[in-house]
Amino acid sequence: MSLGMLAAAGGGEGFEAPGQDIFWWPLFGTSGAFAVTRPALVLVISAVVIAVVLTLATRRLTVVPGKGQMLTEAGYGLVRNSIAREIIGSHDFLRFVPLLFTYFTLILLNNLFGVIPFFQYPTMGRIAFPLVLALVVFVIYHFLGIKRRGLGGYLASLIPPGLPGWIKPFVFFLELITYFITRPVTLALRLFGNMFAGHILLVLFITGGEYMLLHSHSLGLQILSIPTFGMGVVMTLFEILVEFLQAYIFTLLAALYIAGSLADEH
Amino acid sequence: MQLVAPALAAAAEATTPGDPSVPILPHLGEMIFGIVVFAALYFYVAKKIVPRLEKVYAERRAAIEGNVEKAERAQAEAQAALEEYKAQLADARGEANRIREEARQQGAAILVEMREQAQAEAERITTSARATIEAERTQATAQLRAEVGRLATDLASRIVGESLHDSARQSGVVDRFLTDLERSENAGVTSR
Repeated sequence: MSLGMLAAAGGGEGFEAPGQDIFWWPLFGTSGAFAVTRPALVLVISAVVIAVVLTLATRRLTVVPGKGQMLTEAGYGLVRNSIAREIIGSHDFLRFVPLLFTYFTLILLNNLFGVIPFFQYPTMGRIAFPLVLALVVFVIYHFLGIKRRGLGGYLASLIPPGLPGWIKPFVFFLELITYFITRPVTLALRLFGNMFAGHILLVLFITGGEYMLLHSHSLGLQILSIPTFGMGVVMTLFEILVEFLQAYIFTLLAALYIAGSLADEH
Repeated sequence: MQLVAPALAAAAEATTPGDPSVPILPHLGEMIFGIVVFAALYFYVAKKIVPRLEKVYAERRAAIEGNVEKAERAQAEAQAALEEYKAQLADARGEANRIREEARQQGAAILVEMREQAQAEAERITTSARATIEAERTQATAQLRAEVGRLATDLASRIVGESLHDSARQSGVVDRFLTDLERSENAGVTSR
């Protein structure tokens, strides 16, 4: 029995509550590992939109910025100064700015697509995309750490200094799990879970409201559909906040992990 | 466990990987798509967008530094001008002092010259006055002598009863008398 069927069963006879099946949306090739899905198309569109907008916004940059440039620079400055420079440090933050800026813009726009009409699909609600993004950071921070200290030195550096000898193996084991499992998994799952759950909540309020208004044939439920739609609106505004926040947090944590591999101490 | 085990089993046997029944199992096609799109956007951002923005940052920093430099230069110029004015002022003051000193000296020289001139003039006037007085005195003496002679002769004529003018003039008695008188006077002066 799948989760979707469980949810459907719980929804009663007439109304089927939205489940994770609303995210499965193959466009070409209705099944299989290589089906082109709707989120994949949305992701491509988002990347093209980001590239075009940034290209146009930075085409004629001036020392004294105009309105559009100011907005672009505000976003760029947030990633460059508030995240990259603050966390990685002014010595070598600059080479990670493109990576962090790409993370931020791509995640932010794809999250916002969850509430933008006609798209209305949070790409990061499909685990594949957050997972890929987390794996990139995973590879980068391990690579940086090993390059800096060598494999043995890197693994040794996982143990905080000043611990009594007998506790070291346990701490090492815990740190190993943190660095190789917890970090990438939580990074991916945090983004995925927020987008997934938020989208299901929105769909629930809106399709539920629609069902009550149009298909219930009961005055009480039809009146109740009004606060339901109201909650849909409120949750949409809340979602916008969450979408921005998640893009920020993902970028922030990516910078933190990179900084950890560059820092001298544990 | 009851949930996950059948889900994993379903995923394993499924003809549709990424099946909605297991939302946390990634869909392979989407992963490939994700990494390709991310890489493409990353390279575009890294090669094109970030350099542009960094260039503006650098330009802005340069502009600010340029302004600071300009301000510093202006201040240095103002300082130099001030020094120059001060130097000029000192020069002018020195010049004024020099001129005043010169004028004082010139004034003193003129004063001395004037004094000399006045003294010379005074001497000249004194000299000429003395000469005039001498001449007048000589003249007066001559007249007096003639007068005294005539008066003495008149007096003698009255006493004698006849005119002695001709004989007196002829004999030069009066003159001789007066000359004697003068001589004795002079002798008295010198003897004293």
